[in-house]
Amino acid sequence: MIVLETNSIQKFFYDPVEFQVLNDISFQVNKGEFLTLVGKSGCGKSTLLYILSTMDNDYKGELFIDGQKMTGLTQTELAAIRNEKIGFIFQFHYLLPDFTCLENVMIPALRLGKKDRQEIESLAYQKLKILGLEDQALKKASKLSGGQQQRVAIARALINDPLIIMGDEPTGNLDSRNTQIVFEILQDLTREFNQTIIAVTHDNDFAKASDRTIEMSDGQILSM
Amino acid sequence: MGVLLGISIFIFMNTMSMGFDRSSSEAFFKSTPHIRVYQEDEVSKPMQTAGQSLPLISNPQIVPNKKAIENPYELLELLRQDKRIKLAFPQVNSPVFYNIGMSQLQGTAIGFPPTAGNEMYQIQSFTVQGNVLDLESNAMGIFIGAGIAEKLNVETGKQISVTSSKGVNLNLTVVGVFQTNNSREDNSKSYVSLATAQQLLQEGPSFITDINVNVWNPEDAPSIAPDLTSVLGYKAEDWKSANKAYMAAAKMRSIVITFISFTLLIVSIFGIYNILNMTVSQKINEIAILKAMGFNGRDVVQIFVLQAVTIGAIGVALGLVMAFILISLLQHVYIGGDIGYFPVRFEWTVFLKGTSIGLFITFLAGFVPARKAAKVDPVTIFRK
Repeated sequence: MIVLETNSIQKFFYDPVEFQVLNDISFQVNKGEFLTLVGKSGCGKSTLLYILSTMDNDYKGELFIDGQKMTGLTQTELAAIRNEKIGFIFQFHYLLPDFTCLENVMIPALRLGKKDRQEIESLAYQKLKILGLEDQALKKASKLSGGQQQRVAIARALINDPLIIMGDEPTGNLDSRNTQIVFEILQDLTREFNQTIIAVTHDNDFAKASDRTIEMSDGQILSM
Repeated sequence: MGVLLGISIFIFMNTMSMGFDRSSSEAFFKSTPHIRVYQEDEVSKPMQTAGQSLPLISNPQIVPNKKAIENPYELLELLRQDKRIKLAFPQVNSPVFYNIGMSQLQGTAIGFPPTAGNEMYQIQSFTVQGNVLDLESNAMGIFIGAGIAEKLNVETGKQISVTSSKGVNLNLTVVGVFQTNNSREDNSKSYVSLATAQQLLQEGPSFITDINVNVWNPEDAPSIAPDLTSVLGYKAEDWKSANKAYMAAAKMRSIVITFISFTLLIVSIFGIYNILNMTVSQKINEIAILKAMGFNGRDVVQIFVLQAVTIGAIGVALGLVMAFILISLLQHVYIGGDIGYFPVRFEWTVFLKGTSIGLFITFLAGFVPARKAAKVDPVTIFRK
């Protein structure tokens, strides 16, 4: 089953001069696939990820998620879709430092508002448990180590059982041991829970171990 | 903190200004009724009206009328039936000389029914000796200003001789002394009974120069006065139009105070605005995360406006407490004179006004930065 599809996506930067970042990008992602985007820095892979994540809607071409056309929807509609269908893991973990880990994990579900607070709380505990962090749940996010924070971010990405998890260099800021842990977690998610993951990475080992790698150069796909 | 100061000063200043107004109008009503009904001087008109063939040269002059109200008791009855009117009584003003031995002082004797007069002018509140109500039982009594008492060297129980402009000479017993701290009044004014004043002017009991009217709320006087003029057929003048210069000064004072307190409020708004603006800049990463996780612009606005209103509500609450403390302190400041303690009271309407303005303004001050936060583009933030 195809969960995400792009149709000749093009993206331009206008500042300082007009520059084409992405040129005719078309590919499909199947359910349960662990896909990595690799390429030299500046090749447009992060830009592509932001477009796929619907945060950037200033592009040419078409984007479909779960069979629904994303292109042309308003920011508010896109925000609702992101909330429900996409989970994010960023390079710099990006938790809200003033909240506890548990609250950080709960926030997207509270926004979605499909379950009541207690249900969400127990669900968040459950997700933290999968990632081995249940004993850190009530600590402030800023008190955790980088690897732990990244795992909390993964738990947060999972809370709404999203269709796709998107990672922007999810291991880029971690040491090799934590990279290994995070990578194993992501792999487990695809194998055990049939979770679709799209991640941008610099790490060749990480890319090699994924199901499929798209290599990019100068805004074009070199190999799929 | 900014809001706290802004609100408390706003309330404080407004309360003070209301206190001033109240005390000065109270001082005012010690000698002035809310509405005074009197026979206005008439200017003679030419016998012939314009447009006729023969021009007539005439010299308009004041008609030498009696300055009296002709049917005072019927008019009083009419006034007492009006529900808007609290109090109405007749008054006779007579210019007099106060004599003792060879010394002589010029002044005005005001004849009125003592009980009603005291109720209107609150004479007992500035009485130094004796009691004005004694005029009721003592027909030949006189209640004099402190200046007269001092200059003639008399006190309660002594006799003074009073000569009117009509040449009538009466020996009157001093029943009391008042002090308004307005030297012109203290040095010239005295109160006598209605009958004494009529006697001084050689007139009968139906001779009345003024009818004094108090309404329930002094502020309503200007709207009631024209009605009385048309009903009674005599000029009814309210205290505001009789004292235009005083009213203008009072108005100016209240404008100045309002401006100052609003300036303070505006400063405090900028305080809130700055705080939130800074918060937005500091929390821009967090806002980007929230947006990436599917929060839309309106959610972000809500969060920031809520924060602003929370700050505002706390500020307003503390501001109210602070204003309360300031006012209670000020109430115990002794000024002296006939004012006594600082004339400030708790004005609940001002407190209410301050609260609503404070909350509304903090809402606005929060809304602008919140809009900015709502427009944060997560992509540009993550790229940095």
